[in-house]
Amino acid sequence: MADFLYVSGITMEFGGLTAVDDVSFHVDKGEIVSLIGPNGAGKTTVFNMLTGVYSITAGEMSFQGERLNERTPQDIVKLGISRTFQNLRLFPNMRVIENVMLGMHIHTKYSFFEGLLRLPSFRREEDEKAVRALEILDSIGMAWAADDYAGSLPYGDQRKVEIARAMATDAKLLLLDEPAAGMNPAESRDLLTFIRHLKDIGYTVLLIEHDMNVVMNISDRIYVLDHGRRIAEGLPDEIAANQDVIDAYLGGERKSHA
Amino acid sequence: MKNKGLLHSFERAVDRFKWPLAVALAALLIYTPRFAFMTPANMRIAIMILIYAMLGMGLNVLIGYTGLVSLGHAGFYGIGAYTCALLMTKLDWPFWPALLAAGCMAAVVGLLLGLPTLRLSGTYLSIVTLGFCEIVQMILKQWEPVTNGNYGIRNIPKPLLFGLKLDMKNGGLFYLTLALVVLTALACMAIRNSKVGRAFLAIKDDELAATMMGVRTARYKILAFVISAFITGLGGGVYCVVANGYIEPTSFVFNTSVMILSVVIVGGLGTIRGMVFGSALLWLFPQVFRFLNEWRFVIYGVLLVVMMQFRPQGALGWRSTLPYRFSRRARRMIQDKGLKDPGKEA
Repeated sequence: MADFLYVSGITMEFGGLTAVDDVSFHVDKGEIVSLIGPNGAGKTTVFNMLTGVYSITAGEMSFQGERLNERTPQDIVKLGISRTFQNLRLFPNMRVIENVMLGMHIHTKYSFFEGLLRLPSFRREEDEKAVRALEILDSIGMAWAADDYAGSLPYGDQRKVEIARAMATDAKLLLLDEPAAGMNPAESRDLLTFIRHLKDIGYTVLLIEHDMNVVMNISDRIYVLDHGRRIAEGLPDEIAANQDVIDAYLGGERKSHA
Repeated sequence: MKNKGLLHSFERAVDRFKWPLAVALAALLIYTPRFAFMTPANMRIAIMILIYAMLGMGLNVLIGYTGLVSLGHAGFYGIGAYTCALLMTKLDWPFWPALLAAGCMAAVVGLLLGLPTLRLSGTYLSIVTLGFCEIVQMILKQWEPVTNGNYGIRNIPKPLLFGLKLDMKNGGLFYLTLALVVLTALACMAIRNSKVGRAFLAIKDDELAATMMGVRTARYKILAFVISAFITGLGGGVYCVVANGYIEPTSFVFNTSVMILSVVIVGGLGTIRGMVFGSALLWLFPQVFRFLNEWRFVIYGVLLVVMMQFRPQGALGWRSTLPYRFSRRARRMIQDKGLKDPGKEA
């Protein structure tokens, strides 16, 4: 249980369908761990389980010694886990800087009445948050877009803003759901550098990704899911050579059926 | 901001001259009751424009900010009007505490009506609010010992301010309503530019994403209902003293809800300016086009259809193209940290 993120035997059933079946993994502090697998393998479901969107059918999850089962998404963010989404979920009609400031919502302490009366305590904290938001945007090279409405940015930039919003929650663990989706090779190279940078400045990253170039280059360890089960675990080189993984991706005979 | 269109130039001009413009507008409004065309009838219309601007601002917190559509705001309006009127006539309360009580009473009911929002959204929620409006209407009509049923409440006294009676003739009622509209607008802007407003907007844009960022969405949706009901209740409280000292249940029917909703939608969702404009448009239109008789309603309908087709965001419902407004202190902090200030235009 000393692990940073510790997941043991989690299972998610929707009616008769078992989307995630007895999956266990762990993430250590400062690691970049990737979760890969063919479409429908249950990767995003795992993210939804970790962040409290679903209440899990069975298993145990803990983060820094705190049990995650049965917690609300809001509690889980407060514990220090934040995520991005496979299909962008920014707030398109809010400015980029407001999107990031929304990420700080849980750490913004002033009360409704302090805000209504614009008391000094409100002004001070609001200023701090706005500047902090700009700093975060600056750290990912997006300060130029702070005034823009999130919905008006190009796709790749929106992905970055989504990561900035997740960083703004003061998360220690970032769950990134296919950040390279829809990016061209140049953009995904930038992203690679950026995720490494996240690691350098102290974040731990759990990554879902289909872009093998990204996955193989930045992952410390990789877990592979297929049909809701964990079929492999290891270093990038081991995974690239693993026969089960190759079968899963290329549609070969599955051993369980043989 | 890349948008350098006409709107941007206009907004920059307004922003640059905002203080002179505000002073000019204030002077104009203060002088308004003395204009020659301010007959008692026109004065009433001017006051109703102000009241509906306020009602619009109340509903706007719900629809424009949080994205929850209510068809029952006439209910809160009626609760506010009756609470204020009953306290003044039956218990001889002075106007000011009665007005506050009207807002609070509506807010408490708003809290109760906000509870279903935890489970309902979209059309289903709207239907619940519609039912709420009908229930209020029934209570006002049937609970005769208190509300006096269809006869309404008569002889509502005029408010006193430091011994001075505010009425139509001295323009006091106009100024009273105007002051409340200004206060409401300031409050709405303060809410919009705080974490509460951001939470509201986030819920409107993407409720799941807001949840995942730690926003307690249920609590904020109820808060939106409470704020909205409070403002609408205050509007009702003011209405009861300007309405010739007489209110009756038929002033708070479903049509009234639709009128408030129209103010918000025609004026421009999510904006303050839109509420004032929408209210003015909806009250002046029937007056200006009186010579058209029944044809007014045809034109009215055509106008709404054209509006929905070509300008669904409302007449003045644009998003600001100006940079995000940092305070002076925030700007200094940005400079100290050596960050580029994105708001500075070259």
